[in-house]
Amino acid sequence: MKVLKGFFTVALALIPLAAHAQGKLNVIAATEDLASIGREIAGDRANIESLARGYQDPHFVEPKPSFILKLQKADVLVVVGRELEIGWLPPLIQQSRNGKIQVGAEGYLDPSLHAEILEIPQGQLTRAMGDVHPLGNPHYWLDPENGKRVAKDIADKFSQLRPNDRAFFEQHLADFNGRIDAAEKKWLAAMAPYKGLKVVTYHRSFPNFAQRFGLDIMGYVEPRPGIPPTPQHTLDLENEMKRQNVKLILVEPYFDLKTPKKIASDVGGDVLVMPPSVGGVKEVTDYFKLFDYDINLLVEAIKKTGGGK
Amino acid sequence: MRTMRFVCASIAAGLLTGSSPVFAQDAQTLRQDIDQLRRDFEALKQQYGDRLTALETKLAAAEGAPPAAAAAQPAPAQPAPVQAAGAQPTAQVPTGAEGAGGPSGSLPIYGNASAGSKIFNPDIAVIGDFLGAVGKNDLHPDPFGPGSEPRALQLHESEASFQAVVDPYARADFFLSFGEEGVNVEEGYITFTSLPGGLLTRVGKMRAAFGKVNSLHNHVLPWADRPLVSNNLVGGEDGISDAGISVARLIPNPWLFLEATGQIFRGDSGPDEQPLYRASTRSDVSYVTHLRGYHDLTENTNIDLGFSWSRGHNATGQLDAGDPGRFTTNLYGIDATLRWRPLQRSIYHSFVGRTEWIWSRRDQLNGLQSGLGMYVSGDYQLARRWFAGARYDRSDHADDASLLDTGGSLLLTFWPSEFSQVRGQYRRTNYAFGPTADEFLFQFQFSIGAHGAHPF
Repeated sequence: MKVLKGFFTVALALIPLAAHAQGKLNVIAATEDLASIGREIAGDRANIESLARGYQDPHFVEPKPSFILKLQKADVLVVVGRELEIGWLPPLIQQSRNGKIQVGAEGYLDPSLHAEILEIPQGQLTRAMGDVHPLGNPHYWLDPENGKRVAKDIADKFSQLRPNDRAFFEQHLADFNGRIDAAEKKWLAAMAPYKGLKVVTYHRSFPNFAQRFGLDIMGYVEPRPGIPPTPQHTLDLENEMKRQNVKLILVEPYFDLKTPKKIASDVGGDVLVMPPSVGGVKEVTDYFKLFDYDINLLVEAIKKTGGGK
Repeated sequence: MRTMRFVCASIAAGLLTGSSPVFAQDAQTLRQDIDQLRRDFEALKQQYGDRLTALETKLAAAEGAPPAAAAAQPAPAQPAPVQAAGAQPTAQVPTGAEGAGGPSGSLPIYGNASAGSKIFNPDIAVIGDFLGAVGKNDLHPDPFGPGSEPRALQLHESEASFQAVVDPYARADFFLSFGEEGVNVEEGYITFTSLPGGLLTRVGKMRAAFGKVNSLHNHVLPWADRPLVSNNLVGGEDGISDAGISVARLIPNPWLFLEATGQIFRGDSGPDEQPLYRASTRSDVSYVTHLRGYHDLTENTNIDLGFSWSRGHNATGQLDAGDPGRFTTNLYGIDATLRWRPLQRSIYHSFVGRTEWIWSRRDQLNGLQSGLGMYVSGDYQLARRWFAGARYDRSDHADDASLLDTGGSLLLTFWPSEFSQVRGQYRRTNYAFGPTADEFLFQFQFSIGAHGAHPF
């Protein structure tokens, strides 16, 4: 009898284990933006970690062996795609010894395939154009509409791998979409008075942001993508900014401020260190705060400088 | 054509009867009739399509067959313009171009089919490595190799890489180097990426995982040349590089990244002028083992430590491809790399300090030679495109450990972009015998094609 009781005790103890036999999903995201959207969908059903930090240049992340340990245990790898990570992620995936996250495998997710991608180059491409992305501009997450597309891809992937939790993920997706829609209205309203405002950015990180919120990117501090500023280009840019009365220069947190500051002082404008990613500055801790912060930063600066309007 | 007419007539009749008040039927019967007609029509369409395809196939066969066979199978008067699925598109040879042994009739167009197949072409890149040397070096007139030709300027190496995924289980990498001496498969291997047990397995020709420098290709070295210890003790520029099998496994532990690698090679490494390992029988394989530990000290700083051992047969006792002496060389190595790169300014400033110590125990006719060699170097990134570096070298000779060479270098490197590099290196070498050599080396490197991974 005692044996039977013991057996039932063990069996009962195993029931919850069986129910969670699949366990939490282990998700690695290439950047903090993807990780943040992933957390919105996952709730407590997945552990999500990002490889790159939001304040580092996502093109130049060091492929540290410690990342291999993280990838080795991953069920899902979410990449930005469009060759953003081409300089560092492929060798890490290769050395991860994890069949689940190899390119094309079940756990490999590239949400850029469903996002709206801008600046897909047409015609002959050469490296004389700088470090161009042949598959289009990979900074697509800076449009909340693309954020929703990424969220849908992530929810679908999680549901595929954990079919029992499908309803949970879909409910989180609906909730996320609702909150994004509400926030987007607020963001659009804040930017509406400045529609068509001309700005300069350091790198081509903001085309999706500019399109959504009505900015007109007039030029870049970099003469070509990935090529540091040259004196001649800086001079030409300054002249053009003066001619078109452009006052604002948006710089990603990982670029040197020397040249942008010089340009700003020459044209009587302002430099904004504008994070393109979650974690780019301390205050930006999730995907919503990224837009809150950037839009607030812009609006304040426009009010201060007149923004060229 | 007759079938089509029948179908149209049937539909028209059906519609008329349906709409006439005289023969009014209830709606359900009418719907059933229409459904029946639709099914008939679909079936006829299917039949018609099948017959058409069959006729086209026969026609294609008849065109390729001798005339007698063609006559035996009557072809339709008007061949359908529809392209049968999967058939090769064709084009007519232009009038006047036929005959004289040339093609006639229709020719296949290859463009469509090959456009799809290009998707699976491997990523291709070519890296050019141009080297130059100024200054006097009586002992080593070729400043970058063991040869005796004075080479002031050389396109030292053009490395072509071909890389692609083979199938869901493996990828393949080929690196062909076109040098002054000819073409060489620098590396060519398949990597099984998802074997059970966490084993990362490579099979092919590869640079061995002995220490750090040995596993690096020329174009990712922080110098224009290789350190003295590589040249004196580890087989020169090619180093331990051979056909073999490599297995690497991560050793799980809570503290650090730990990877153990075991490799077995045929046993032929090093250039003919100064061979490191030479096999004279099939059992003369060489071995390499490597243990690598890596730890992030902070977000910005990390340390990489390695211990290596290698063993193989040396060429001391080899006579006429036999090896009566059975002499072996054992190599032991320790390497350490310290990297600092502040994440937020990672593209502007960084520092890499490295050192490697190698002991060589070489059995030879006059007894055991126990030599030691090392280098220590530091590279600091001054700005986004500028790097300054220094290196100190010292190494005994493998076959005579009483001979010690020492040297030092100062370097300045400029990157116009991610894809090209210009480097100047002042190098001073004190040879155990022969005069001190003061040289200025310069290097132009340029890369075209697929974007490779950044070295780490």
